[in-house]
Amino acid sequence: MTAPTSKFMAPQIVGPKFMGIRISPVTRRRLSLFRQNGRAYWSLVIFLILFVLSLFADFLANDKPVVVVYDGHVYFPIVEFVPETAYGGYFETEAVYDDPVVRALIDAKGWYVMPPIPYGNGRPALDLSGPAPTPPDANHWLGTDDEARDVGARLIYGYRISILFGLALTLVSSVIGVTSGLFQGYFGGLLDLFGQRFIEIWSSMPTLFLLIILASFVEPNFWWLLGLMMLFSWPTLVGLVRAETLRARNLDYVKASKALGVTDGTIIRRHILPNAMIATITFLPFIATGSVTTLTALDFLGFGLPPGSASLGELLKQGKENLQAPWLALTGFFTIAIMLTLLVFIGEGVRDAFDPRKKVT
Amino acid sequence: MSQPQDDPLLTVEDLSVEFSVPGGSVAAVRHVGFSIAKGETLALVGESGSGKSVTALSILQLLPYPAARHPNGSIRFRGKELLHAKESALRAVRGNDIAMIFQEPMTSLNPLHTVERQVSEALIIHKGMTRREARPRVLELLEKVGIRDAESRLGAYPHELSGGQRQRVMIAMALANEPDLLIADEPTTALDVTIQAQILKLLKDLQRETGMAMLFITHDLGIVRTIADRVCVMQNGQIVESGETATVFDAPDHAYTKTLLAAQPSGRKQPVPDTAPMVMQGTGVKVWFPIKKGLMRRTVANIKAVDGIDVAVREGQTVGVVGESGSGKTTLAMALLRLIHSDGGIAFEGSAIDGVEGRNLRKLRRRMQIVFQDPFGSLSPRLSVGEIVGEGLDVHGIGSSAAERDQMVVDVLREVGLDPDSRHRYPHEFSGGQRQRIAIARALILKPRFVVLDEPTSALDMSVQAQIVDLLRNLQQAHDLAYLFISHDLKVVRAMADTVIVMRDGKVVEAGSADTIFDAPQTAYTKALMAAAFEMKADESGAVAI
Repeated sequence: MTAPTSKFMAPQIVGPKFMGIRISPVTRRRLSLFRQNGRAYWSLVIFLILFVLSLFADFLANDKPVVVVYDGHVYFPIVEFVPETAYGGYFETEAVYDDPVVRALIDAKGWYVMPPIPYGNGRPALDLSGPAPTPPDANHWLGTDDEARDVGARLIYGYRISILFGLALTLVSSVIGVTSGLFQGYFGGLLDLFGQRFIEIWSSMPTLFLLIILASFVEPNFWWLLGLMMLFSWPTLVGLVRAETLRARNLDYVKASKALGVTDGTIIRRHILPNAMIATITFLPFIATGSVTTLTALDFLGFGLPPGSASLGELLKQGKENLQAPWLALTGFFTIAIMLTLLVFIGEGVRDAFDPRKKVT
Repeated sequence: MSQPQDDPLLTVEDLSVEFSVPGGSVAAVRHVGFSIAKGETLALVGESGSGKSVTALSILQLLPYPAARHPNGSIRFRGKELLHAKESALRAVRGNDIAMIFQEPMTSLNPLHTVERQVSEALIIHKGMTRREARPRVLELLEKVGIRDAESRLGAYPHELSGGQRQRVMIAMALANEPDLLIADEPTTALDVTIQAQILKLLKDLQRETGMAMLFITHDLGIVRTIADRVCVMQNGQIVESGETATVFDAPDHAYTKTLLAAQPSGRKQPVPDTAPMVMQGTGVKVWFPIKKGLMRRTVANIKAVDGIDVAVREGQTVGVVGESGSGKTTLAMALLRLIHSDGGIAFEGSAIDGVEGRNLRKLRRRMQIVFQDPFGSLSPRLSVGEIVGEGLDVHGIGSSAAERDQMVVDVLREVGLDPDSRHRYPHEFSGGQRQRIAIARALILKPRFVVLDEPTSALDMSVQAQIVDLLRNLQQAHDLAYLFISHDLKVVRAMADTVIVMRDGKVVEAGSADTIFDAPQTAYTKALMAAAFEMKADESGAVAI
């Protein structure tokens, strides 16, 4: 036969292993396709760096020192409880490190290292140059908000919770949505009929108002919000996956698998799911951005995370209430815009990498 | 039309077509030249990808410009240059002086418009007629192309017509303005042999009546022989040989023409003796689809797709099932494989399997397999060839280790004539013939006893067809396979089958050994099928529907 030459083989990622895991040539091809898409690849790198950094928010922005060496003892106040008495103070409560008295106590018999941003996300900063909110200066790179808290520190914490929330919600709701779509599409019949009618009723409920009402019953926290929003976000994918499944189950290669004696479960997993996944993966970044936006919106309206928590929506709300302090709104806007753009670029790259017609050049 | 009679109507000189692709351009047609005189039929023949359709489309400048380019060449119609002509000038020519009919009549007709509206469109545009004025002319055209009871079909939509009728409507549309040149791009490829013969006869009659010239594009040499005055053989975008049809067929010059002519599936199957063990036997197989009506969903009638058919396939034997599309051939095979519900007895290797369900049925699947018609649809585009071929091994737990299974995949790929290294690649990187080999490998790796071949060669080029027929015959000999061979292509069936069943409307019209059926057909229907397939002769007796 006339072999269409080796130019279709993956050039960059070769060898049977990638990061220590055995991968099939199929996966290798997808990886190298993704690698070739510069915009998506660099978006992923930037996103991962920001995400990993934000996971260590406590060590990046905190009003407690990373490490204190006092009188021969080593303390890590971020992860352990250190009373003021440990440094020879009077109170048995946790030491307050921006108190000049505490600092003087430690300096007398040792030293300490503060995080790069020496402000926490909850307590007001004490070194303001004027009445809060203050504009950006050497101490507060992004300024402070109307409760005198450092915007940079709150941004890092808010970014972390937004990303974690977005990823968790996307994962949970797509697992439920895809499963439901696959079963409805593949088995059809009454399951499909009732499933579709249920989803029609369910998704016609006014989600935002329900969330607001529910938020007044319970004290909303991260998990409550995740659960409530999952209830309403999973049907997004069902229609898409179901349509793909309806199409795929009549294809010749599905019939061929049936003739091979493959079970329904395996056919769904091997032949139908990959088809449905392309549509799903294309949609994932949008679901993630949607989740982030919904959380931001709830926080902005004041029905989201408990009062005082750092979040992007809260930052925007502050921006709205303090139009004389544009650094608040601008910080919130640019953070959200950049985060959503990165997610969409990554999603595009993943989708193209899964496309078997795309050639590795 | 002041030119003298021998002046060519259309002259194509040194025509090249290039397509832009990411990272360069591909030359689809290279320095092609030919001419067509008034009233003449020129056939462009070649395999898929040889550039024959691209050549035809560039005459009317219908290619996707600017992705397509003409680096050089000229196309003159009655002395007027068409290449790079203004869009308005081209519009005056298209559908008026030069008309075109396409391969797929279903997709070339607008499903939302009635027959009358589609046919009258060209009249309204080019002749400036109103709809009322156009109506008698539309009727006349429909009668001319042989649509019976044309008046009542005026309001019909394309889906209400049969494939042959749709192609007739397409021809009526093309003829509306009495074109001087008709470009027919594989107009009969999607049709049954009997309908194909009728359409060819119609085109010839119309040509005689109107004196139009025809550019006929096809991959089927049999059609060329019946319809064309002259022929151009194309390969890889170039014309390798051209001349009078009779001359080219009798004394081909170029090596490629010789291969094409020799590529007809040939040979005969040596019938197996009656003592060979029975592999698959169906008695009175019925597949009825109920038509349910009313609030209570009562069954008011049945569509009898397969209506009481007896079939028996012995070891090493090929049973050919022939018939027009819609005759129930594929449904019969699906019923025998227990892929759809059916009534009647089905016995596999001597034991009844019509009641077997679930796990036991899955175990049986290992020993009966199927190869589908469309090699593009039957392979999952998202799995590598190795995964596709090896799927059955995992299902039936064959092979103790991954390495052993991989070795089995390598062996079977070699057996069907593919490079074993290709198991890491994806189906879209292969040609139609190679894909069909992959599909055969998938069926073969389980070492089945019984294989259904559902039109395995219909979607392939002629020369590839012959290769696949050879491969199937060799595999049958090597493994004593029992084949149920479904096809509407009687030439291939002649080369493959021991016994033949002729089906029509779910019933057996005639059955018997291949020699008897082909040499001495008994029923009028079988005779009409044979005449259409081997001599391209349209049936006049009324045994075949229009």
